[in-house]
Amino acid sequence: MLGEGILKGMAETAKNFAGSFISAERLTTVQYPEERIAPIEATRDFPFLVYDGADWEAGLRCVACQICEKECPPKCIYIEKSADKKPDFTGKLQFYPAKFDIDISVCMSCQICVEVCPFEAIKMDTEFELSTADRFGGLLYDRKQLAKSNEHYRKIHPTEAAQVDARLAEGKAKADTKTTNAAIAAAVKGAEIPARTPAGGD
Amino acid sequence: MAVADNKTDKPEGWNRPPVMEPDGEGELLEVAMGPHHPSTHGVFRMDVALDGERVIRLKPVFGYLHRNHEKLAEGMSYLGSMPFTDRLDYICPLTNNWAYALAVEKLTGQEVPERAEYLRVILGELTRFQNHASSIGFLIQEMGASGTPLMYAFREREKILDLFEMLTGARMMVNYMRFGGCRVDASAAWLDAARKVVAGLPGFADEMDRLLSGNEILMARTQGVGVLRSELAVNAGVTGPMLRASGVNYDIRKVDGYGIYNRFNFRVPLGDHWDVYDRYMIRLLEMRESIKILEQALKDIPAGPVMDPKAKLRGFRPKPGEAYGRIEAPKGELGFYLISDGGPNPYRYRIRPPSLINLTVLEDMALGENVADVVLIFGSVDIVLGEVDR
Repeated sequence: MLGEGILKGMAETAKNFAGSFISAERLTTVQYPEERIAPIEATRDFPFLVYDGADWEAGLRCVACQICEKECPPKCIYIEKSADKKPDFTGKLQFYPAKFDIDISVCMSCQICVEVCPFEAIKMDTEFELSTADRFGGLLYDRKQLAKSNEHYRKIHPTEAAQVDARLAEGKAKADTKTTNAAIAAAVKGAEIPARTPAGGD
Repeated sequence: MAVADNKTDKPEGWNRPPVMEPDGEGELLEVAMGPHHPSTHGVFRMDVALDGERVIRLKPVFGYLHRNHEKLAEGMSYLGSMPFTDRLDYICPLTNNWAYALAVEKLTGQEVPERAEYLRVILGELTRFQNHASSIGFLIQEMGASGTPLMYAFREREKILDLFEMLTGARMMVNYMRFGGCRVDASAAWLDAARKVVAGLPGFADEMDRLLSGNEILMARTQGVGVLRSELAVNAGVTGPMLRASGVNYDIRKVDGYGIYNRFNFRVPLGDHWDVYDRYMIRLLEMRESIKILEQALKDIPAGPVMDPKAKLRGFRPKPGEAYGRIEAPKGELGFYLISDGGPNPYRYRIRPPSLINLTVLEDMALGENVADVVLIFGSVDIVLGEVDR
């Protein structure tokens, strides 16, 4: 019969129309910004700099190695290395970024900076309501705007942050053992030298 | 009327200039369809010459979305080009990632762990499913069915994009695959979520089938329209669902068996009438085959690492040489051709985009058809302008 296919199709649309009133999973419209859907944990948009402790400037993990600046595909990161050095979380003296700017109007959220960073210093944020009236200065973030605490990182990406914390703890433990071992070795060496002298004298 | 048709059994050669003489008196009407025509899904122009309603000449004009991707990639590390490949065919970023990763892996001789191969197949087939679903939706919308099938397709696509976001962190600009594996591992929770979504996909394919396949208006508009003969399709280098709708059994998943595709049991649907309806039907059948592959892959996925521990992310210099990695992307053969001169950047970086090459037969398909059907034929090619212009 001509028209049978159309009627069959319309039965399908009628089913969908009725279903959209009954089925809970079909009622998907959310009244943003009053209502929000639950964020997905892996979501990423723009990078931020992680700091430990209370003082953002002292706690920045970044050592201004400039790998992210070099690897960034759209070249949106600008770093200036400091002249002096500061101790990092293992106590080793490191440079720090005197200037660290990210132009988020250029950034394309690819997270390659996160992957190449050997110091776990730069991570992806989930903050997306960033509109501003100033399209140049307002979208060029300096290191103060970029600095966010490790607690913030733990809050937005709990699984990933736990892995990072474990890796850092391992690195610190290794560094501690190394310093302890070095101290012991130096002490042993120091102790051995006077012990050997009389033996050599014989 | 002398029509240089492609419907005869013995085409004289596909590169002969298509000629059509106007019928009777009067002048030709030249119309520029696009670059802001709603049917072109982007910035694309068709300069058509019309005799009444019939198309006498058609000249595709593109390049409005050119972003210099190939040249940019030559000045960038191998890793740096990966996020840019997401922006080629932005409907299916994961297959673009896969093709590029495959080319670099061929260049460096990098091995990929088994779990990563399975994840690639799962993500690639999910991508194929959502691409075909939305491409059917767009095709029907161009016929004038404003929105219903497209909205149904997008409802399903939304679930798949949520899966992508849960795994990769982004819905479309995923930047997920790496040379030697994948960036992050899929958790057990993600695999369960994927199984749940895949369990719902056959219902959606049935729904689309019931909604559209038997529809008399759809059949009247598409059957016998835009015929592409197999000889012409092969000679023009057309690939993907377009080629298979022309009755040529050529699927790179079967021909190359790249990755681990030779482990899966699936069939390659072929068209028999070579028209727009066949291209619609091939996509619907391929969606069903994708579901079969997905079910097998989600059942068999092994435990293990997703990244070769010896794989280097940055600072590697492949030996001088060349490599061509190709995959069966949802739109056809997507290939990356790389030449290395031993430096950290590729010396030459060339993409074989299926959308662009499938578009070259547009004039041959459209000659002699009504202008209203040109939109339909164009829709059945299934292109994304990001890939055409790069």
